[in-house]
Amino acid sequence: MLSTLSLLAQEASSGIDNTGLAALTYGLGAIGPGIGIGYLVGQSVQAMARQPEAAGMVRTTMFLGIAFVEALALIGFVVFFLGQG
Amino acid sequence: MILGLEFPSLPHITNWPEFLGGDTIGVNKVVLVYFLAVVITIALFTMANKKQMVPSGAQNLAEISVEFVEDQVVMPTMGTDGLRWTPYLISLFFFIFLTNIFEVVPLIQMPGNARIAVPMFLALLTWVLFIGAGFKAQGPLGYLKSSLFPPGVPKALYVLVTPIEFVSIFLVRPFSLMVRLFANLLAGHILLVTFAVLSASLVTAKWYAIFLPLPVLGVIFFTAFEVLVSFLQAYVFALLAGVYIGSSLHPEH
Repeated sequence: MLSTLSLLAQEASSGIDNTGLAALTYGLGAIGPGIGIGYLVGQSVQAMARQPEAAGMVRTTMFLGIAFVEALALIGFVVFFLGQG
Repeated sequence: MILGLEFPSLPHITNWPEFLGGDTIGVNKVVLVYFLAVVITIALFTMANKKQMVPSGAQNLAEISVEFVEDQVVMPTMGTDGLRWTPYLISLFFFIFLTNIFEVVPLIQMPGNARIAVPMFLALLTWVLFIGAGFKAQGPLGYLKSSLFPPGVPKALYVLVTPIEFVSIFLVRPFSLMVRLFANLLAGHILLVTFAVLSASLVTAKWYAIFLPLPVLGVIFFTAFEVLVSFLQAYVFALLAGVYIGSSLHPEH
């Protein structure tokens, strides 16, 4: 296992290889939140169409849900910068 | 360099040099943005202190924003006895919104929250406040018991639920508040810089100056989008602070 760790350390010191992997990390990490936010906003639009007088409450809950899901995509974005530099 | 373009490196667009002061304490563009946000908020609420029955001018603007925060942030999340927390949420909302909006103001195009120090401080402050509100409303042991051992869970599942609740309430909440605000603003700043560099380099180009309308339209559209994102991130930060404090004041039972 120590030889594997030293191999990873050598990989981390080469700049070009790491940037590609870091970009791939963010790309893969943005799939889930993309699907999640799309589904969430779609369901909230459907709820607002069914019952327009509840639109205010649905909108507030939608923003809350979007904030939680978007945080995951942005943590991936920060990981990209950590992996690059 | 990509296709002969010199994109500025990340420290070049976020680490600004000081223009006042020196080694230990200095003022750079980011400090100026924070200072302006605080000064504008204080000036707005001082000028609004006219106490007219029919408001006009600055008092009208201040009353509209207080009503917005009360109706859209406090009432849905904390109910009527959360109205005590309105001053904190108004300060949070105004400060974050004004530091974010400086990203699109022409001469100062730098969002204050693109450096992680102040979002970290705001997240820590909100963390201390929601734990303190929980301690005050339910007593220290009562708060820890009601948040770490939520009622309505079969006793054998506490082995699984309690570590998850601990990490989710005490570790992930402040971290996600900080990263959400910081990364949204940093990403918007980098996007605007990219499109601006593309436009500036296509102006003095050869035959491919024909593509100039595309990054220019990109800058215009993303500037409008960044105005929306500035407001939305301030609203979401205040809303989540309200949700966390509200869940400390009124535990589910």
